[in-house]
Amino acid sequence: MNYTWNWHIFLEPNPTGAGTYFDMLLAGLKVTIVTSLTAWVIALIFGTIVGILRTLPSKLATWIGFAYVEFFRNMPLLVQLFLWFFVLPELLPQSAGLWLKQMPNAPFYTAAVGIGLFMSARVAVQLAAGVGSLPRGQKLAATALGLTTLQAYRYVLLPMAFRIILPPLTSEFLNTVKNSAVAITIGLIELTGAARAMQEFSFQVFEAFSAATLMYLVINVVVVIGMRLLERAVAIPGYITGK
Amino acid sequence: MLANFDFDVIRRSLAYLFIDGMTFTLTLTALAATGGLVFGTMIALMRLSGYRVMGWIAGLYVDFMRSLPLVLVIFWFYFLVPYIGQWITGSSRPIKVGAFASSLITFILFEAAYFSEIMRAGIQSISRGQPAAASALGLTYAQTMRYVVLPQAFRNMLPVLLTQTIVLFQDTSLVYVLSIPDFLGAASKVAQRDGRLVEMYLFAALIYFTISCVASYGVRRLQSRIAIIR
Repeated sequence: MNYTWNWHIFLEPNPTGAGTYFDMLLAGLKVTIVTSLTAWVIALIFGTIVGILRTLPSKLATWIGFAYVEFFRNMPLLVQLFLWFFVLPELLPQSAGLWLKQMPNAPFYTAAVGIGLFMSARVAVQLAAGVGSLPRGQKLAATALGLTTLQAYRYVLLPMAFRIILPPLTSEFLNTVKNSAVAITIGLIELTGAARAMQEFSFQVFEAFSAATLMYLVINVVVVIGMRLLERAVAIPGYITGK
Repeated sequence: MLANFDFDVIRRSLAYLFIDGMTFTLTLTALAATGGLVFGTMIALMRLSGYRVMGWIAGLYVDFMRSLPLVLVIFWFYFLVPYIGQWITGSSRPIKVGAFASSLITFILFEAAYFSEIMRAGIQSISRGQPAAASALGLTYAQTMRYVVLPQAFRNMLPVLLTQTIVLFQDTSLVYVLSIPDFLGAASKVAQRDGRLVEMYLFAALIYFTISCVASYGVRRLQSRIAIIR
């Protein structure tokens, strides 16, 4: 392989004038983390609402939940980001569209909202499955205690369901981190984008992508360890995973 | 708003979108799914084999692939494949690999990690009595896998495999980052050339949505038909 390796490239100043190439990758890493966390908060909020809708006895609510999930699941994430980024501002009334287009940091907001809503459909399915897996008695007992439906969800069903679906939620969070790389297509310089930029400036393809790969692996390890600890902390006594 | 729509741009580019773009997308999906399934089954068998080193290597491969974003993997292979080709053929310079070959290799290797986990679950869903009975009949390990375990595992997992293929179909749109004219890439090229982003992206979204919806409806029907058997 006639390729000139140069691992010192990370310490050389990058052409944007802000520090070394390593600093550039770190900035990308930061964008990846912030985007993923913002998207994850959005995914959890919308996913919970839609997940609850899917488990309600009302036919209409179930249907809305179903339609929501189908809408976000049957389009590639890339296409959804394009819709939010390029199409939405044109469809809005002119002033609102202009405001959207002139928003500073638009790729970040678009990516966070777009990826958040995309992931919310998956969270909704997980949550509905979690609530569905609870014994019927839980809801009945809550009703017998005089709790309203809202209270039953708030104090009984959701705390149980969320603990049960914590492992699949961990993978969904990791998927959110990975999906943040798609935002490169709307110009967000996250970790993959930073590695790509470094490769274009320095021609050190393999060093740039190796570093990005390593950073993604570290994110994975940190998240998995963190979630293990969380799982242990919130384990339900009496269940297999409980104490 | 709708009055400003130029639906004609869609009509004018239909041939390009479907004959060039969609053909690329569907061919890539079909070949990557087939290759990913074959390679993924091999990885699953490695993971479940008695040899600890093989299982360890397969596990490492799967975990590695699954912790990286597909976009990064696409870039990796786009730059790596010419060097691998050079290494295999022993030529003096990195060999030129077309966009199609490069993306096909990427997707086969990437999806194999996901397909292997599905096949592993499928193989583990087969009761112990099956391979035991097979070896009682005098079948070798390879024959047991080939004639008894894998066909059943494949059948049990068919709906999940097809669902993963729908995900793969959507994910192929990411070859956009290499400026390859797949369906979305073709739509995007027309959109930028004619300044008709809204029409083209809405149309692309509609087509992806329709195909995925119909396909997942088919998978759901298949699932309910398979479910009766057990």
